[in-house]
Amino acid sequence: MSKIKRGISLYSFQEEMFLGRMSVEDVVAFGAQLGAKGIEILPEQNMPTFPNITDQQIGEWRDMLARHGAHFTCYDMFLDTKRRKDRLMSDEEQVESIHRDLALCNRLGIKNMRILIFVRPDILERCVPLAEKLDVHMGVEVHAPWYLDHAWILRTIEVADRLKTKHLGILPDMGIFMKHYPPAFRARFERQGARPEVTQFIVDQHEQKVMCEYTIYEVAVKMQGNKAEVAMAETLRHAPYANPRRIGDFAPYFRHIQAKFYEMNEDYTDPALAYDEVIPELVKAGWEGTLSSEYEGNRWIQDVHEVDSREQVRRQHVMFERLIAKAEAELA
Amino acid sequence: MFDKYIIDPASVQNIGPANAPTGFSFTTKLGYYRGLGLSMVEDLKVSIDDEALPREAVLFDEGQGPLTLDEMEETFDRRWAFGAPATIAVALEGGFPKGEHKLTLQQRLRISYMPFPSFNNDEKVISL
Repeated sequence: MSKIKRGISLYSFQEEMFLGRMSVEDVVAFGAQLGAKGIEILPEQNMPTFPNITDQQIGEWRDMLARHGAHFTCYDMFLDTKRRKDRLMSDEEQVESIHRDLALCNRLGIKNMRILIFVRPDILERCVPLAEKLDVHMGVEVHAPWYLDHAWILRTIEVADRLKTKHLGILPDMGIFMKHYPPAFRARFERQGARPEVTQFIVDQHEQKVMCEYTIYEVAVKMQGNKAEVAMAETLRHAPYANPRRIGDFAPYFRHIQAKFYEMNEDYTDPALAYDEVIPELVKAGWEGTLSSEYEGNRWIQDVHEVDSREQVRRQHVMFERLIAKAEAELA
Repeated sequence: MFDKYIIDPASVQNIGPANAPTGFSFTTKLGYYRGLGLSMVEDLKVSIDDEALPREAVLFDEGQGPLTLDEMEETFDRRWAFGAPATIAVALEGGFPKGEHKLTLQQRLRISYMPFPSFNNDEKVISL
């Protein structure tokens, strides 16, 4: 049995759930069919009465998961620091809000909590005692354009090390490993009026890992790019290719992965994100946790295509099975 | 992320007496991948043929009773759930104009982790 488990985030099916075409249970049943039995939940998306959740509701969730042989893996929290128009939440209010989430996470029997990346490390430090008591790992989401070695992320690592706690760390979002520019992004900008020669230039610049500001200036000023072209160039600010070889160094700090993707090819390869480099590093590190599918392609294609999140997620799981098996065989 | 779905074009209807409508209403979903507390909905800008209607003319109701947009910003105990339709009612003498007209909605949201407000836009051609 592999140490790397496969799962899905309910986020992946936002298109179908938003339109009322799939229920949460439909998603869980579909995941179970794929052998992806670990379920990541966004209570603020999937629990309409949030934050008021009764014990009866929790029982219904547990029964539903049990019907499909599934289990929870991760709780995605939010923090509404701008809840009020006139002022930010005070530090005390922020801690209180995170405590509320830790308590609900614990009532649901979940051991991992995804912390939004903008939450301050000193606020999280104040939440460590409760996280330890409830045995919930708070993982700060390492989301593009941040990356594993980013100074903001290192601040959380520093707090975790100083406190010698196993309940604070990170939670990588695989969007940080964007080796190639996503074809779905490019196609959308072309439909919005970007000229193919300009989109090709942007793709080439990304492929060569030219620092984004050079490309943005070229497109906006020198090429007098139109709105769609400039917008496409600006996406490069959020398109980093972090070094997969650093994964081993950070592996002790994470227990769950948001397996972001935008589109899968028919041959079960990801055209943009370097899973073929990331998964061998996870295997080599002996990492134990869940690769949780996070499909985010709907917004790039819904203007012209019917979104089929099931097919996209299915393809990603075929890729995971193949890459994990290959990496394990090579290591053995 | 859900712009094209946020106005339900089939829901547009006049309100008030049939021979002298006092406004119109339609249903809308929040263009966001999670629910949000009402206080973080900064504006719901309704326009007809690119002409914005006054903010004061707009009422919002997610099912717990109508609120003006100013009241909505001070409402801390109600949420607009993910994928849940809410009703927008707009006071407009004579109701929605006859014939084909463009109805536009812009939702302006205060999302705490984003450095700037989030805008969701949809427009539908309506013929009542």
